[in-house]
Amino acid sequence: MKTLEEKHRFATRWFHWVNFPILSAMIFSGMLIYWAYDPYRIGLGSVTLFHFFPDWFYNFTGINSQLARGMALHFALAWIFALNGVAYVMYTVVSGEWRELLPEPKSFREAFQVALHDMGFKIPMPPQGRYNAAQRISYSAIVVMGGLSLTTGLAIYKPAQLHWLTAAVGGYEWARFEHFWLTMGYVAFFVVHIAQVIRAGWPNFRSMVSGYDLAEAPAETKEEPAHAE
Amino acid sequence: MPNNKLTPEQEISRRTRRGFMALGAGALVAAGGWEWLNSGYARGGDIPAPLRSVLGFNEKVARGALFSDQHLVKTYPASAIGKLKDNGDFGIEDDLDPDDWSLQVMPRGIGLPVSLHMDDIRKLPRYEETIDFKCVEGWSVVTQFAGARFSDFTAKFAPGSEKAGYVGMATPDGKYYVGLDMPSALHPQTLLTYQMNGEDLADEHGAPLRLAIPVKYGIKNIKRIGKIAYGETEPPDYWRERGYDFYAGL
Repeated sequence: MKTLEEKHRFATRWFHWVNFPILSAMIFSGMLIYWAYDPYRIGLGSVTLFHFFPDWFYNFTGINSQLARGMALHFALAWIFALNGVAYVMYTVVSGEWRELLPEPKSFREAFQVALHDMGFKIPMPPQGRYNAAQRISYSAIVVMGGLSLTTGLAIYKPAQLHWLTAAVGGYEWARFEHFWLTMGYVAFFVVHIAQVIRAGWPNFRSMVSGYDLAEAPAETKEEPAHAE
Repeated sequence: MPNNKLTPEQEISRRTRRGFMALGAGALVAAGGWEWLNSGYARGGDIPAPLRSVLGFNEKVARGALFSDQHLVKTYPASAIGKLKDNGDFGIEDDLDPDDWSLQVMPRGIGLPVSLHMDDIRKLPRYEETIDFKCVEGWSVVTQFAGARFSDFTAKFAPGSEKAGYVGMATPDGKYYVGLDMPSALHPQTLLTYQMNGEDLADEHGAPLRLAIPVKYGIKNIKRIGKIAYGETEPPDYWRERGYDFYAGL
């Protein structure tokens, strides 16, 4: 006998599914801007392993020569990105969901076990709540990264009026560097996230859309609350 | 189990169907919004009207909540000076005979136009500033500028024009032109510059007189100024007409 189990509240799903297209559009418009001055690379001295981005990439994606449009899109959609993100953080605080999301001291050790388990090693999955240790770390990190993107973005956007902010993130050039690598971080997160969603399978994905999953009915005995308040 | 009660399997099917319909509807709204935001955009042209309105809104926020003439941009020691590249020659392609140059100033309202020479500007108090010149493209170079404060210039040659809403500047041939909001133009670090990095301004950097306005991107730092006109409406702006933000304030 199975029962219906609420996995993700409406608010969580709302913030998630609003953020996905907005962040994508922020990355896209960010690249329209970055194209105009694209100094970053992986390399040392005169050796460049990878330049962000090679000409073939610009030609393939057609993101070249659109700086004005990129800036306008970026500074328009940034409002939605920021408001949605701030509302999400406020929601997790008010609802108490932060307790299920923030890493615990044991999370860092457990996350290693989760990673090994996910990579196919015969290591048992540590017991977990709504999110496992690796999820706690990565989902919290992505929220912190969002805050840093907003901060470094403002530092680049208004380095004269918000000079204290620009100074706090290391100056104008560092702010742009940090802003860029945070974005690369989102891309890396996205790749792993999608792989994990595919691995987790349909019921998990379905629960992020509908909010619900099927669970085995609890045993006859009365269950104790999972967490003592 | 009563007939009117759905099994958990039926219930989750129903909720999943509803969820995906809502997600699909949301995707349609997002796609429609994206279309609307980008409608009529052609590469190299102006940006669509909805984006332009958001830039206007952002300008209001920046001018109302952020800008202050007490907020000075960071200054650097002379040892930090880099090499400012010569990034645009719009309006200064033709050679200029320095003897032919004069500055036409059109005060606000019914004031009479004034014609000035470099001596008039050199007589104003000279200020020097070493600031990070920021290009809209994303790069920046520490550069030293020296010249007269635009606020002093206005007080002396167009008194009363401080109250204008805007000031427009153009090259002598009119091919490059910028519009500035008055508070940014009167900012104490906005200089009418005749020296750069310790030397007289070079032709490619806008000799004999260019604007150094570090609270704006480089596009507003017009070279070889030939005309200055104060007014109440947004003056024409070269890069604004090519899709950039009119305000372009840092």
